[in-house]
Amino acid sequence: MTQLFAAILSFGAFALLFGIVLAIAGRIFKIEGDPIADNIETLLPQTQCGQCGFPGCKPYAGAVATGEAEVNQCVPGGERTMLQIADLMGVEPKTVEDEPAAPMIAFVREDECIGCTLCIKACPVDAILGAPKQYHTVITDHCTGCTLCVEPCPVDCIDMLIKPELLEHWSWPLPDTARSRLAMKRKGEHAPYTA
Amino acid sequence: MLHTLLRSTGERPGIFSGGIEPEMSKITAGAPISTSLIAPVYIVPIKQHIGEACTPIVSIGEQVFRGQKIARSQGYVSVPVHAPTSGRVIKIEEHAIPHPSGMGLPSIFIEPDGNDTFDQSLEPITNYRERDPAELRERIRVCGIAGLGGAVFPTFIKLLKDQRNPIETVILNGIECEPYLTTDHRLMLEKPEAIVAGIDIIMHMVGAKKAIIAIEDNKIDAAETMRDLLESQPELEHIEVRLLPTRYPQGSEKQLIQVLTGREIPAGKLPMHIGVLCQNVGTTRAIFDAVMRGRSLTERIVTVSGDAVPRPGVMRTRLGTPMRFVFAQHGLEDFENVHLLHGGPMMGERMKSPDVPVVKSTNGLLAMHSKTMMKAHRVEQPCIRCGHCGVACPVNLVPNLLADQCRNEQFEKAESYNLFDCIECGACSYVCPSNIPLVHYFRYGKGQMSQISRAKGFADASKERSEAREVRIEREKAERAAKRRKVRTEHMPKPAEEKSEDAADSKDTES
Repeated sequence: MTQLFAAILSFGAFALLFGIVLAIAGRIFKIEGDPIADNIETLLPQTQCGQCGFPGCKPYAGAVATGEAEVNQCVPGGERTMLQIADLMGVEPKTVEDEPAAPMIAFVREDECIGCTLCIKACPVDAILGAPKQYHTVITDHCTGCTLCVEPCPVDCIDMLIKPELLEHWSWPLPDTARSRLAMKRKGEHAPYTA
Repeated sequence: MLHTLLRSTGERPGIFSGGIEPEMSKITAGAPISTSLIAPVYIVPIKQHIGEACTPIVSIGEQVFRGQKIARSQGYVSVPVHAPTSGRVIKIEEHAIPHPSGMGLPSIFIEPDGNDTFDQSLEPITNYRERDPAELRERIRVCGIAGLGGAVFPTFIKLLKDQRNPIETVILNGIECEPYLTTDHRLMLEKPEAIVAGIDIIMHMVGAKKAIIAIEDNKIDAAETMRDLLESQPELEHIEVRLLPTRYPQGSEKQLIQVLTGREIPAGKLPMHIGVLCQNVGTTRAIFDAVMRGRSLTERIVTVSGDAVPRPGVMRTRLGTPMRFVFAQHGLEDFENVHLLHGGPMMGERMKSPDVPVVKSTNGLLAMHSKTMMKAHRVEQPCIRCGHCGVACPVNLVPNLLADQCRNEQFEKAESYNLFDCIECGACSYVCPSNIPLVHYFRYGKGQMSQISRAKGFADASKERSEAREVRIEREKAERAAKRRKVRTEHMPKPAEEKSEDAADSKDTES
């Protein structure tokens, strides 16, 4: 009988001790925010375009983390981003419906700009420069091509142009051989690669 | 077998692992260097080196002289561009450059006046031994000298007397291991004095005690010329000529240093970290011209060869000469069914059109019949795991595995197998019995890796700005709210007091 009590007491004491240790550890190593949502956010292209139906990349990442959104809603990210998110979430990859368009940049036709600053307010990445009653212009290097500035413009003076390809950013294409074509064709049939 | 074993373990100094012995076809070795005629127009791209592009400083219609600076360098890793002859600037617009993409760069078009008048603004420095190395270094930068072996890295950056990494040995790279090319070979035969004086300038600048002129044993005549010259000048006894067995890619900087010093440059390090400086023959000659004659880099030696060229030869060509004009002087005018290569057959890149200018990196121009090229580039077959590519690789990579990874877009994995150590020498593609374009796969993989990292950098910057914007909007909202509160408290007090009095009154009446 005493043995039974000793066992219960000692185990109870251990449980209490570990409980205290875990409580302290929980306080010390507490992680701010949602780590899964943050990890998903790092995979997203950060165009803040809203094509996924959420107001930006961070809200979409949060929605994917809680299971509210599907993994294939990021249009500019394309298949590669979808595969990475699916891999991170441990779910089956889904097909990406919309093909990512060629990278675009916004361009303000300065002659027609009335300096209303509405596009500046709409730009999610602060890539439009200007002041009230002054011409506005797009900082090409910072523009993500999200098209959010086109809608608010009252005089419709913003064009979306195809981003010019720079010589420094050129890279070699895949060798055009029967085998490389076959590899591209079969790519979807393989399980996604995990590092 | 034992040879291969020793080589693979790196036990034997004086040899690098891997390598191949391709057919050399140095058909232009015997003929002296000819001089190109003045072209009807010169097309000078504003960037001819590795690094940042230059800004044009001439206007349309302006008279320029040969060697006059026409584009200013921007940033540290950059050298200026000079006019190749005297004449008039006719336009500045984008024009195709020798690049595998066929894309262009802004270029300055010069119409020559035929006088070829030199710009005399730079004084020759004949007593370079008494001058400060920093002054000579500035001269070499101003003269626009970049590595003429083909890599076109700005030369002045390497010529720094660094206290932490003192240079002990200067190596003059006269290997020229690429088949067909005889640019450096002819230069060593015809201008040995300029080259030796150039080495002396380099040694003075970096404070080196020793210099080695490395030449492959298929150029014994060049080695003898250099040796005779050194023997006739006893004060140059610290320069020695080393004859090496012919092997490709011995002319690659890292491989050559391994052969000469027995030391391997660690991945991600530079020759200067082991106290060595490597210079190309043509660059050394350009350094001599810049210092002793005050001439900026306006011309280079180009090998024009290949089985489609009726009269192959080595030619002194001004930078900016259209390649069509260069080929025409060697009898090639019809470019139907002809493949054009910029550089040697192993590492050179195919050009889409002959309407591109000669630039600082043009060490050779090859024109091959399409039939010959088709024989070399047959249909890719499956890998049979013979391992020849791994044996041939001079940097001990596993090319067949890397090619599979690049083809299947496993770029992170390829990077962990040291894809970025590949020097793209083409030895693996050359030996492959299945005709796999291995180097092309590696270039694809490297390009995709840099695209991915660029996209990542862009995304991070966008995220930072978007977060900063949200913080700002919040702050502005809070500020506006605070202002409203302030205004309210300033303007509202009276009615508020009245109200409270009213309330008190009403309370009183109620009670």
